[in-house]
Amino acid sequence: MDRPAAFAGRALSCRRGARLLFEGLDFGLEPGDVLLLRGPNGSGKSSLLRLMAGLLQPVAGAFSWAGAPIAAEPERHRRRLAFLGHLDAVKPGLTVAENLRFWCGAGAVEKGLEAFGIAALARLPARLLSAGQRRRLALARIAGTGAPLWLLDEPGNALDAEAQAHFAAALARHRDCGGLAVIALHGEGAPPGAVALDLAQFAAAA
Amino acid sequence: MTGVGFLSLLRRDLLLTLRQGGDALITLAFYLLAVMTFPFGVGPEPQLLARIAPGLLWVMGLFAALLSLDRLFQQELEDGGLEQLALAPLPLEVSFLAKVLAHWLATGLPLIVMAPFLALLLGLPWPAIPVLALSLCLGGPALTLVGGVGAALTLGARRGAVLLPLLVLPLYVPVLIFGVGAVDGAANGLPVRSDLMLLAAYLLAAIPLAPWAGAAALRLALT
Repeated sequence: MDRPAAFAGRALSCRRGARLLFEGLDFGLEPGDVLLLRGPNGSGKSSLLRLMAGLLQPVAGAFSWAGAPIAAEPERHRRRLAFLGHLDAVKPGLTVAENLRFWCGAGAVEKGLEAFGIAALARLPARLLSAGQRRRLALARIAGTGAPLWLLDEPGNALDAEAQAHFAAALARHRDCGGLAVIALHGEGAPPGAVALDLAQFAAAA
Repeated sequence: MTGVGFLSLLRRDLLLTLRQGGDALITLAFYLLAVMTFPFGVGPEPQLLARIAPGLLWVMGLFAALLSLDRLFQQELEDGGLEQLALAPLPLEVSFLAKVLAHWLATGLPLIVMAPFLALLLGLPWPAIPVLALSLCLGGPALTLVGGVGAALTLGARRGAVLLPLLVLPLYVPVLIFGVGAVDGAANGLPVRSDLMLLAAYLLAAIPLAPWAGAAALRLALT
C-alpha cells in the first residue's frame, strides 16, 4: 500500500438547497499536482471548492491531508489554504499595496505586486482598478500567502494575456515548491500536466 | 496565511471608516439633530427638558447606534472579504470582535463625547453628567456587540435593515432601563451604583457571548 495522498477527498456528496449536486466523488493530489475542475454550469465546481475550503460541509464523505482527516483540525487546514472565489476581496477604500499588506503582511507586498505586473499601481486606491487589475491583485494575495494549497475559482476571469502569463508563472513556481492547486476552469488555459476532473460524471441521478 | 490579526483588522476598519467618513458623521449628525429638535416639539420649559434629558439622550443614542449597523458586514459579504476572514487563521470570533470594536470606536465613541454637552444644553443637573458619560461607556459597547449579532443574523436577508431593529430592540431594552435609571438617579440624588453594576454585568456577558453567536451567524451567511 502506498502512502496516502497529500490532499484527498473520498465519497464526497454535496447538496445545495434541495438539489444533490454530485455524489460519490473521489480525488487525490500529490505535491506539485494541479486538479482542474470541469463541468457545465451548475455542476458544482464552485461548491466543491467551497467544500475543500471548509466554507461548506459535505453531506457525505471526508477530506484528508497526508492521511489525517481535515474535519478534526479545521484551523490547521485554514492555515494551509488560500482561497479565491468569484469575489476578489479587494477593499475599494484602501490602496493596492494596503490591500495586499492586510492579507499577506508587509514582507510579501513588493514581490507580489511585481509578480503580477501591478507594482506601478501600488499607491493607487483600489476603487480605481479595472476588473482585470482587481483580479491580478486577488491572485497576488493568493501567491503572497505562501499557503501550500490553492483553491481557485475561475482565476482567469477578466485577465488579459499578460496577466495569464503572470499567473501561469506564479502557478509554476508554486508547483516547484511542492504546492498543490485545485482550479475550477471553464474556458481554456489549462496548466501543463494538470489532471482534469469532470464533475458531470458524478452528477446525482435525478 | 499570515498578516491578519486582531489589531491589523481593527486598524484597517478604522482607516476605511476614516476615509469613507460617511457612517461616523451621519451617526453623530443624527444624534445632534434629534436631541436638538426635541425641545421644539415639547416646548422649551427648562424643568421639563431637564426631566426628560436622561431618557432623551439614551433613546436617541440607541437609535443612532442602530443607524449604520446593518452595513457592518454587508460590504464585507458583497466584496468577498467575509469569506476570506472566515478562512483566515484568525478565529472568526476574534474578527467579529475587531470589527464591532472598530464600529464602536468610529460611531459610538463620538456620541459619548458629544452627550455631556447636549446634557448641559438640556439642563441636566451637574452631578448627573459624569454618570451619563459612564453609563454610556458601559452601555454603548454592549449595544454595539448585541447589534453586531443582529447585523450578522440579518446578513443576506432581504430587507435586513428593517429586520435588524426589530430583532435587537428587545435586547436593547434592559440597557436602556438601567442606563436611564442611573442618570435619573444621579439627577435626583439617589444611589446609582446598582444600575451601573447591572450595565457592567450586561457588558461583561455580551463580550464573550456576542462574538460566539455573531461568528456562528456569519458562517451561516456564507453557506
